[in-house]
Amino acid sequence: MSDAFFRTEITPPSLPPATERGVVKWLRENLFAGPFNTILTLAALFAIYTLLRGAVPWLANGVWKANSLQECRDIVTASAGEGATGACWAMIRERWHQFIFGLYPAEAYWRPTFAFGLLCAAIAPLLFAGQKRSLLAILAAVAVYLALCLPLASAPAMAYVAAVVILAALTVAALIRPAWMLWFTGLFPGVVFFLLWGGSIWHPVVVLLGFALVFIAFSVIAARGSLLLAALVAVAAFLVIFFDPFEPILHLLDGALGVFTAGPVTLAPGWRDTLPLLPQVSGWLDGQLGWGIPAIGSDEFGGFLLCLVIGVTAIAFSLPLGILLALGRQTDLPVVKMICVGFIELVRGVPLITLLFTASLLLGYFLPSGTNFDAVLRVIILVTFFAAAYLAEVIRGGLAALPRGQYEAADALGLDYWRAQRLIILPQALKISIPAIVSTFIGLFKDTTLVSFVALLDPLRGVTGAVRADLAWKGIYWEPYIFVGAIFFIFCFGMSRYSMYLEQKLKTDHR
Amino acid sequence: MAEASKMQVSDEVAIQIQAMNKWYGTFHVLRDIDMTVRQGERIVICGPSGSGKSTLIRCINRLEEHQQGQIVVDGIELTSDIKNIDKVRSEVGMVFQHFNLFPHLTILENLTLAPIWVRKVPKREAEETAMYFLEKVKIPEQALKYPGQLSGGQQQRVAIARSLCMKPRIMLFDEPTSALDPEMIKEVLDTMIQLAQDGMTMICVTHEMGFAQAVANRVIFMDQGQIVEQNEPKEFFSNPKSDRTKLFLSQILGH
Repeated sequence: MSDAFFRTEITPPSLPPATERGVVKWLRENLFAGPFNTILTLAALFAIYTLLRGAVPWLANGVWKANSLQECRDIVTASAGEGATGACWAMIRERWHQFIFGLYPAEAYWRPTFAFGLLCAAIAPLLFAGQKRSLLAILAAVAVYLALCLPLASAPAMAYVAAVVILAALTVAALIRPAWMLWFTGLFPGVVFFLLWGGSIWHPVVVLLGFALVFIAFSVIAARGSLLLAALVAVAAFLVIFFDPFEPILHLLDGALGVFTAGPVTLAPGWRDTLPLLPQVSGWLDGQLGWGIPAIGSDEFGGFLLCLVIGVTAIAFSLPLGILLALGRQTDLPVVKMICVGFIELVRGVPLITLLFTASLLLGYFLPSGTNFDAVLRVIILVTFFAAAYLAEVIRGGLAALPRGQYEAADALGLDYWRAQRLIILPQALKISIPAIVSTFIGLFKDTTLVSFVALLDPLRGVTGAVRADLAWKGIYWEPYIFVGAIFFIFCFGMSRYSMYLEQKLKTDHR
Repeated sequence: MAEASKMQVSDEVAIQIQAMNKWYGTFHVLRDIDMTVRQGERIVICGPSGSGKSTLIRCINRLEEHQQGQIVVDGIELTSDIKNIDKVRSEVGMVFQHFNLFPHLTILENLTLAPIWVRKVPKREAEETAMYFLEKVKIPEQALKYPGQLSGGQQQRVAIARSLCMKPRIMLFDEPTSALDPEMIKEVLDTMIQLAQDGMTMICVTHEMGFAQAVANRVIFMDQGQIVEQNEPKEFFSNPKSDRTKLFLSQILGH
């Protein structure tokens, strides 16, 4: 008897038995794998059923046309019988504009509407750098959005002209050289300020010119030598343009000497009247060639408009600030390190609401007296600081995760500190920190609802509260919160998805 | 192997180290190091682990700071002056044990980054130089890949090419083959031998004694932070003077 064997025919491949394939296999493995698993599945099914039994009729009986909550209820009872429940979306239909715009004047709704479209166009080159297809798709979407929404908001003819010019220019830039689109992104803060707050066109123009001047002064001096001198000149130029730097010094002197003289010190020479330069220049230009749109005060902002203004600005500024703080915390320079650590720990250690409450007091200490700070601007600055402190720690985690060899290789190639950071260290550290950074941003965006504590009209408490205080809608509860929650979800889910896309795109380690 | 005629040593001094001492805290890692390297020399430094050989070459481009004595590289003394340090670093290439390529950049970008930003070479020219050196280390076809897609030996050859793109006058190698699989060691050593034949001044911390015998004109043996023995390779291997050297050689050549 031998074990030798040879095959004459090849067995054709066949399907696995019925219980081992398709839906049956999936059900058995995932839902009914054992007694415990089966019990859990049944319990979950029961929970889902209970939830849907309550929610589905409520949603299905939803009423879109009514003038009060009582009317809603009557319609539901009439159509679905006694005891039936139904959502009263009529409230949203009547008050949606307050959720979006707050107390912003209705005839000016086209301004935030326009600004939102431009925002999408402005951040596109940051989000999808150099990807022509995505950029063009976004520009097309913005064009469609503006074409639909500007007429609805009864925008003036000039808005259409501006929209066409801007979008055409951006499309050309996207086709020829996408990096050019960043010029618009740089100008966008001025554009959006003018659109939302209105007033003379010269104000934002001069502010932008002022920043450009500070930047040019810095780069010209930095290019031919001392970085420190350049920074000093830039700070001086900044102060002279935007503030009156002598004011706080005199104020201090006044305080110190006042103890002895018990009277105001008169050290102010006449030329100081020209400081700060900004209002002087814009005032003069306005006198020569005045043009603008009606001014709208910050106290009229509200709803998601307010959230977006605060959220987007704070996100844009907190990232660079957070990076600087993280680097400052890692340096060998003891003073810089101490300031950064102090800032981070102080701001992180205090609830945001406390900061918001003390905003006027704190900023009053740090900024020249007489600077009359807009309430929204104040909140933006504080939210930025708050988020920056968190981001600094997140980014520090990313920096710490890099192997020392990366720093050494950058050093060994002769790259100086800033180039090593910008080209080697930060791209990798930020990539590692993307999920945590975006988490912080999402948190920041949702935290903008806390501005209701300083009497600003946020969508969650401010607007919803105002709506529920109305006699017609008294007692409405689920609908406004679901509406506000849904809009927040869209923004936050968008950010989360983008972060996953970015992680995937930047994945080069092939692990 | 290497032709001696091609590997001329000039009288010009490339690196001068005098009475150099270094401490990590209170631990005396480098003690009274005196060393002169002339242009075109190929020096191999060996010794047991913890003997300070890596620290020594890391002092030459100031990845480590020395506390006493003098290090002069290419006529520039290394002090805390950051400008001098950057100048020295751009003249001295360094290859690390773990390659330290930049994983977020392609091979080509790894090679052109320093020339563009430090040497201010135009991008086109930097890319041409990069391709020239990639040809030289025999992996031009990998230019557009990322470091993570390459084998260890290929990565180390890229690291060598990256240093060469800065056109350095001196190359430092810090155990360049220690992290490689045996079959990849040869490809890296071949690249280094070729570099030596081209007349590069090289200081190499390695345990590849075959490499030392083939190209080094001087072998330095270090122990406990000091230079214990140095000699030309033939003499060093066949007739070591100090007992410590003999012990070390018997251990690494013993099997």
